[in-house]
Amino acid sequence: MAAAVRTRGARGSRGARRPLMAVAGALIALVFVLPYLIMLIGSFKSRSGILRVPPTYLPDEWLPSNYVDMWSTPETPLPYNLVSTIVISVCATLLVLVVAAPAAYYTARHRFPGRLVFLLLVLVTQMLQPTVLATGLFRQFVTLGINDTWLAMILVNSAFNLSFAVWIMHSFFAAIPRELDEAAALDGASRLQILRRVTLPLVWPGVVTAIIFTFVACWNEFAASLVILTTAENQPLSVALTKFVGQYESAWQYVFGVSIVGIVPVVVLFALIEKRLVAGLTAGAVK
Amino acid sequence: MTTTATRPAARSTDRPRGGRSRWAATVRALPWLGPTLLLMAGVVFFPAGYMAWTSFRDLSQFGVDNGPAGLDNYARLLEFTALPRVLLNTVVWVVGVVVVTVLLSLGLAQFLDKAFPGRRFVRLTIIVPWAASVVMTTTVVYYGLDPFYGIINAFLVDVGLLDQPYGFTRNAVPAFFTAMGIAVFVSLPFTTYTLLAGLQTIPDDVREAAQMDGAGPWATYRRIILPLLRPALAVATIINIINVFNSLPILQVITGSIPGYNADTTTTLIFKFIRADRQIDTASALSIVNFLIVLAVILVYLKVVKPMRED
Repeated sequence: MAAAVRTRGARGSRGARRPLMAVAGALIALVFVLPYLIMLIGSFKSRSGILRVPPTYLPDEWLPSNYVDMWSTPETPLPYNLVSTIVISVCATLLVLVVAAPAAYYTARHRFPGRLVFLLLVLVTQMLQPTVLATGLFRQFVTLGINDTWLAMILVNSAFNLSFAVWIMHSFFAAIPRELDEAAALDGASRLQILRRVTLPLVWPGVVTAIIFTFVACWNEFAASLVILTTAENQPLSVALTKFVGQYESAWQYVFGVSIVGIVPVVVLFALIEKRLVAGLTAGAVK
Repeated sequence: MTTTATRPAARSTDRPRGGRSRWAATVRALPWLGPTLLLMAGVVFFPAGYMAWTSFRDLSQFGVDNGPAGLDNYARLLEFTALPRVLLNTVVWVVGVVVVTVLLSLGLAQFLDKAFPGRRFVRLTIIVPWAASVVMTTTVVYYGLDPFYGIINAFLVDVGLLDQPYGFTRNAVPAFFTAMGIAVFVSLPFTTYTLLAGLQTIPDDVREAAQMDGAGPWATYRRIILPLLRPALAVATIINIINVFNSLPILQVITGSIPGYNADTTTTLIFKFIRADRQIDTASALSIVNFLIVLAVILVYLKVVKPMRED
């Protein structure tokens, strides 16, 4: 976890190469943002402009109005899709937090028979994805009568992101020395005070990482939504987006507008936890 | 499972003793673990079992259960004429994408481990394809590669790499390789970050010692850095194998409108069975095959990486 930040000063000949490396770095950065740059520029083009043959790199006329018009198109009820994405992601994230936190805390602080079996189960679940179980999930939700509902997708998203949240929070709880609690208790702090003043501030980075990671995964989920959510109003942005791409005519400017709206928030969230991005996914295997 | 058995909870202060109190400790843990167990059982393990059961049933297109089918669904899979091609595609897809991703990420991680002006910015830009929805990333590339109005195609012609726009997404084979390229692109961030985390655990004095012994940069990398990077490399490789194997959106967007099964993997074939043909029973049989493959990879992961190790 504690990725030591090493500051390696430029020594000798290394210093001379640094401007060159900066240029190479800029090129790499450009490659990684290029598709999103195309998206951003395309989202301001007119319908005829984006289908022009041969294409132009920049719009002849910048149309910010695309970002207004895309909410009312015949292809998909976009306001519903956004609400659907938000409701599913927020509910699933909250559910994950409520369910995972006690398990993470208890397995970090207590030893009991079956503890390692439990952690192993969590680990195996972490490596399963809704894609491989989509057929079973679809069958089950049809049988239960909750297919094509938000509830079904909230359950799927929370179940498949639960393990990551348990792992990351487990490792943060485990890193707190037990003596810290005991010392606080000797000073006369109540259990609740210990939790609020001692434990929570220390595990807070882990909790935030778990929240952001779960939220982003739910926000981008595609495969299970594609099979389980069949009503246009219930579908999330990731599925709705594909409706703009037709066999003969595609409203690319709206595809890109929706994409920008869908991508910017999650990139910001990921950037906030950049240092801890690897920690939970690799479940303590990289130290 | 051997890892669990050989891992004594020696350090714990509340270690349970004796028969009855052992179980009491487990029972005390249940309220804390219960919700997690319930959710995993209900939405992961039960559907897995239900899927296995369905794979031995005869289901109508409307989901009506017509009784047991024995191994008919599996037999239908074997008789499926496109199966050899789909299996070959799956192997090419997973091996090709993972190998190229890991090789490129090794270089990227090595580069980003060095100090240079703007490094933090470059690292942040690499996050973008990781956070962004894969459907959205793939869709913009699909647009860009259109032979008529695609801007990437136009750019390739403008810089002289192509004489005229090429229909990357029009035929199965080029479309499949295009999809592989996108899969590499979206897998690079996670892989690079994992390898970067691995590089940061290698102390500076190890490298310096190698240099003092007269090892050149390549010899240092191959003999010192790479062996120390092995755990990170194993994690990155195995998690990538699972992600790439399960990947649906890239091929769905790039090759979805191409008729036939020449650009399908087992994963995309499952979704064609469900959505186009409504053959839930055959889809279940193929899903079970996929599920077993994933479980095998997970076992390799547990064996090679030993993530349950506690220290």
